[in-house]
Amino acid sequence: MTAQGWLQIAVFSAIVVATTRPIGLYLERVYDGRITWLRPLEAGLYRLAGVDPDEDQHWTRYATGLLLFSLVSMLFTYVALRLQGALPLNPDGHGAVVDRQAFETAASFTTNTNWQSYAGEATMSPLSQMMQLGFHNFVSAAVGMGVALACIRALAGRRPGTIGNFWADLVRGTLYLFLPFAFVASLLYVQQGVIQNTSPAIVATTLEGAPQRIAMGPVASQEAIKQLGTNGGGFFNANAAHPFENPTPFTNLLSMLSIFLLPSALVYSFGRMVRNGRHAWTVWAAMASLFVVGVGSTYWAESQGNPLHVAAGVDATTTAESPGGNMEGKEQRFGVANSALYAVITTAASCGAVNAMHDSFTALGGLWPLLNMQLGEVVFGGVGAGLYGMLVMVVLTVFLAGLMVGRSPEYLGKRIGRREIQMVTLYVLTSSASVLALSALSVLAPSGRAGLGNSGPHGLTEILYAFSSTTANNGSAFAGLSGASYWYNTQFGLATLVGRFALIVPVLALAGFLAERRVAPETGGTLPVHGPLFLILLIGVIVVVGALTFFPALALGPIVEHLLLLQGRTF
Amino acid sequence: MSVLRQLRAAALLTVSLAVLTGVLYPGAVMTVARLLFPRQAAGSLVWLEGRVVGSALIGQSFSQPWYFHGRPSAAGAGYDAMASGGSNKGPTDAALAAAVRARVDSAVAEGSTRGRVPADRVTASASGLDPHISPANARSQVARVAAARGVAPAVVAALVDRRVEGRQFGLLGEPRVNVLLLNLALDSLAPRPRGDARAERRR
Repeated sequence: MTAQGWLQIAVFSAIVVATTRPIGLYLERVYDGRITWLRPLEAGLYRLAGVDPDEDQHWTRYATGLLLFSLVSMLFTYVALRLQGALPLNPDGHGAVVDRQAFETAASFTTNTNWQSYAGEATMSPLSQMMQLGFHNFVSAAVGMGVALACIRALAGRRPGTIGNFWADLVRGTLYLFLPFAFVASLLYVQQGVIQNTSPAIVATTLEGAPQRIAMGPVASQEAIKQLGTNGGGFFNANAAHPFENPTPFTNLLSMLSIFLLPSALVYSFGRMVRNGRHAWTVWAAMASLFVVGVGSTYWAESQGNPLHVAAGVDATTTAESPGGNMEGKEQRFGVANSALYAVITTAASCGAVNAMHDSFTALGGLWPLLNMQLGEVVFGGVGAGLYGMLVMVVLTVFLAGLMVGRSPEYLGKRIGRREIQMVTLYVLTSSASVLALSALSVLAPSGRAGLGNSGPHGLTEILYAFSSTTANNGSAFAGLSGASYWYNTQFGLATLVGRFALIVPVLALAGFLAERRVAPETGGTLPVHGPLFLILLIGVIVVVGALTFFPALALGPIVEHLLLLQGRTF
Repeated sequence: MSVLRQLRAAALLTVSLAVLTGVLYPGAVMTVARLLFPRQAAGSLVWLEGRVVGSALIGQSFSQPWYFHGRPSAAGAGYDAMASGGSNKGPTDAALAAAVRARVDSAVAEGSTRGRVPADRVTASASGLDPHISPANARSQVARVAAARGVAPAVVAALVDRRVEGRQFGLLGEPRVNVLLLNLALDSLAPRPRGDARAERRR
């Protein structure tokens, strides 16, 4: 680790802190309907769809709209990918995407996961990239934001019994949040060297006289929204490690900020809307604490380098001349510090874009990204998804604290009853069951083991990572695992759908139940949900729930691999 | 609103938002990008004597002793810009450990000190298309390149010094050398040795 590396991490963190308030204020205005500069377009969309944006919806109606929209847009993408060969704007002549991959891709992009079992440059036409994958990058992000806003409105309790309007949330998020931010970011990316064209691949003749075909495409517009919407699906197979996606350290900083700015700002908006800023900052501090520990441990592990390589004669010391550390699967322009930072950000925030190959991280360096996803991506988290996941943990904390002191638990004046806790339990159990049961199935089945890219404990980690990533709607991979098979395409597709909709429905129900409860005045017996005590309780609950669930699996994967690595064992 | 009306709204918003975010938005970015940054939008291509020799951002394969070599590449058969990607070998992978040992040995054979071999010289990048190497990696190849070209090592070393890019804004990223641009500068500085038949034919 070097001072230069920590300085870069500090600069990133300082920008996140500085923008949390201003962007949070803007977010609040967008979802209150107070931002109107695209009013004619917005009103036109409502008219066309025949919806009333001012209708306050019961949670069941909000959920119906959300599920129908997701279903229709997923089918739209499945059909378009199957017909790719017959559609225009396909200069390299890519054929139809095979059925299993088209299903998984449609599910994966609809759920904001963007797991990719295909190599973008060899599979997808510019039209599919823009109109299918790019489109989902926008709307799946807007859907996630909407769910978080629904929870906030339920707690704010302005209109009892209702949680907002799905169609208005969808349109407003897309128009006022993601489109303008993505447009500006796209142009910054192009200025730095990210390509934006619809040309066929270019054939260069290298200095040594060999032909080199170079894939082209509309990358910048995709890159901008893939980060802002915490989607993470790369235009190219190598994702944001590809120099056409992420050519300079500045684009790297911009993409890391794009991932974190909105989730961080949303916590501030939450505080404003529930009129309890101290609580929101406490939640923010819990996220920030887990983030800092994650960055520190990952950066430390990657800086040590691989002991086997060091023994062979590799210089693991980081200097201005030499990158040091574990450079397998990392780019020289990013080095160890920026690769470790990116890996923690992308898994904390449900993004899944990668600027380094997580599969080649050291055993302990790969552990935290995996744990980030297993903790439910509540460390800032995906746009919207991070906050609603965190609110579930907050309700659980309030409930457990209530049990400890023997009082009926209340959260922001709303009593937490049996129905609320049932939804919280359903949320926690569904996600962990999906990760662990599906992983176990793939370890046992020959078709599951056939996809492995590494053997020994690292192979187990590949499978565990894959189901953690798809269930948590992250989308990053230990990419040695080949997911392009009927076995994995169907299971990953299902895991993404379960991890999205089987969690969103209980969350909306929880919001709906809370919205119906009357606000009780705070008394001396109410547990304060701000300050250091609550901060420690909240972090404790997140870590204990995650550790109890996943520690046995982690012990057999990265932890035992680390011990074997120290003994020089290879597989 | 009945479920059927919601279904209709879902379908209409799917199509209209797909056109807005999937056609109009990337189209607008493309138009402005071509106007403001045409070179970057088209791939930062490098032209030499009227032909494209590559992209300044995409690494390419170098194996001749009179060129600086990029990092080991796992993209296709090496620097395949239609098949980007890393090795995805884990830390305990036996094949990776053996490959790194072999690469260290060949660096040592070229004059590097065992224990001081730059990490980027013996490991594959994430994209397989990394256009850069570390300054230490470039310097570790100076002796070989100078000998193959028959020029003084000091001349080649001075060229490397000039081609080192510092951190962006003095702060971000790692110092690096662009291999393609370094080799182009090298070609204009000192002639390639005779017997570089492929290059001669191309002229």
